[in-house]
Amino acid sequence: MGRYVARRLLQMIPVFIGTTLLIFLMVHVLPGDPIRAMWGEKAADPAQVASLRHEFGLDQSLPKQYLDYMVDLFQGNFGKTFGGRPVSEEMSMAFPVTLRLAAVALTIEIIVGIGLGAWAGLRAGRAADTGVLIFTLIVISMPVFVLGYLARFIFADELGWLPPNVQDSMNLQQLLLPGFVLAMLSMAYVARLTRTTFAENLRADYMRTALAKGLPRRRIVGVHLLRNSLIPVVTFLGTDVGALVGGAVVTEGIFNVQGVGNLLFKALGQREGTTIVGVVTIFVLVILLINLLVDLLYAVLDPRIRYA
Amino acid sequence: MPDMTKSQSGGTAVDTAVDAVAPPTAVDTAAPGAASQGKPRSLWGDAWFELRHRPLFWVSAVLLVLLLAVAAFPGMFTSADPRNGDLTNHFLTKPELTHFFQADWFGYDGQGRSIYARVIYGTRASIMVGVGVTAVVTLFGGLLGMAAGYFGGWIDSIISRIVDIFFGLPFLLGSMVVLNAFTERKVYVVIAALAFLGWTTIARVMRSSVITAKQADYVTAARALGAGTGRILFRHVLPNALAPTIVVATISLGAYISAEATLSFLGLGLADPTISWGIDISDAKDAIRDNPHVMLFPAGMLSLTVFAFITLGDAVRDALDPKLR
Repeated sequence: MGRYVARRLLQMIPVFIGTTLLIFLMVHVLPGDPIRAMWGEKAADPAQVASLRHEFGLDQSLPKQYLDYMVDLFQGNFGKTFGGRPVSEEMSMAFPVTLRLAAVALTIEIIVGIGLGAWAGLRAGRAADTGVLIFTLIVISMPVFVLGYLARFIFADELGWLPPNVQDSMNLQQLLLPGFVLAMLSMAYVARLTRTTFAENLRADYMRTALAKGLPRRRIVGVHLLRNSLIPVVTFLGTDVGALVGGAVVTEGIFNVQGVGNLLFKALGQREGTTIVGVVTIFVLVILLINLLVDLLYAVLDPRIRYA
Repeated sequence: MPDMTKSQSGGTAVDTAVDAVAPPTAVDTAAPGAASQGKPRSLWGDAWFELRHRPLFWVSAVLLVLLLAVAAFPGMFTSADPRNGDLTNHFLTKPELTHFFQADWFGYDGQGRSIYARVIYGTRASIMVGVGVTAVVTLFGGLLGMAAGYFGGWIDSIISRIVDIFFGLPFLLGSMVVLNAFTERKVYVVIAALAFLGWTTIARVMRSSVITAKQADYVTAARALGAGTGRILFRHVLPNALAPTIVVATISLGAYISAEATLSFLGLGLADPTISWGIDISDAKDAIRDNPHVMLFPAGMLSLTVFAFITLGDAVRDALDPKLR
């Protein structure tokens, strides 16, 4: 187990370096000069531009810039914004907010998604199954921002059940609506996946054995079927973090959540290279670690899987 | 132990669809469902047989034909000019739901433009982005995946590592960063940006199904008969490894359309004067409280389009997946 984790962590290093290099190149090589953009339409003083370039290290060669950035990164220094604030400070304000939002979304995703999927899977081919299938198809067809405005319009503006904006991210009630919107797409996929595996595993031999042993239905479904059906769902939840991150940019914008998505969106608008690279780097790291966690979870769910 | 390359990095929702598709190994044998007809059917004939019996396939097929017609000949569906705004007469006019196919059918937006005309003319950009990205991604990712799967060794190692690196980047997030650098965002720029980040899924799918297909006896037989690499690859391996790729490509087409709209909505995708549903929905967001119709129609049309493609992909997957029969 320990050796497996160590090997996986080692394998992560080239991927991490490659991905950060890619994002770094995307920010710095693509057309557009962030320093010049500070002046907007006005004429810029070349001397000032040059001194700012020097201050942010943008006059160095690209490999040098990347190397400097990585060296700083491993010392926990994410650089500073053009406004002079450390990027790490901005991120430490924003990340907890997004983390809470993601936690709300993930909870909804797991409970509602698996619940709906299990319900449909146990009634495969019947009206409930078709209903869930159509419902998930409709949800998948609606882009996050359409869903977001629809939910806000219905539940906040018209019905007034929930607040339309998030002023305080500690308030669970305020996070409920954006969390719900963020969760919807993945929830639909979780439901479909659970439905498929449930319907498939219902025909498995161990199910017949359990039934023949005279186990109560609750135990058959809740232990035997559920545990065996969870592996693909857990895999999906792990790979889905990336989509959650993209959705967060939109959801946070709609509901005015001051999280990482918002930070990133603002940074994109101002061409804040350091902030963009910093935020994406953290995301990449989180995604890599979550995928490792998912692989380790397999062994918990299925004792046949052992990590040497 | 789980497959290392697959479990290593994050992915999109499309991935889950992939897992459901078993690589078609026994292609030329008749499926059990075809027993009633004496003649054995190929995988594709079998899939077509399955498809014809699915109502959702026909729903999506009809929708898609209609959408393609609208995208190709928008002028046939409306005579109104989508760019001509008339603020004095039409500012935020409510829809006239009985005026079928008239300029005021869906009402007017905050710039006095016919929403019906904008919805019609916006179809082209969405379909072009969806089809364009899918075409580029299938060709490019498919070829790389095929090379990695067939040749193995160092070629596989290099391609797989590159795939891992691109895969580590969240799709929507990455395209935001890429598109942010371009000021003139035409359709082809959006296609290029989405394809740049989207090709990895197909490459992975193709790689794994090629690995399965190349071990089949008919490949060994072909090689024994003296067939060259090109012939084996394109005549024997590719046709037998194509099904999962087609499934993923169809399902992701809807996802690309959705991604384009999301990016345009954020102001990072298509830009004026291109007419895009995403831009219109973004323009409508301030008016939504009193004039929900301004958002309702472009959003509805967008969802309908994505629905058509996702449903088609769903039906194709069910038809090509022998496990579900």
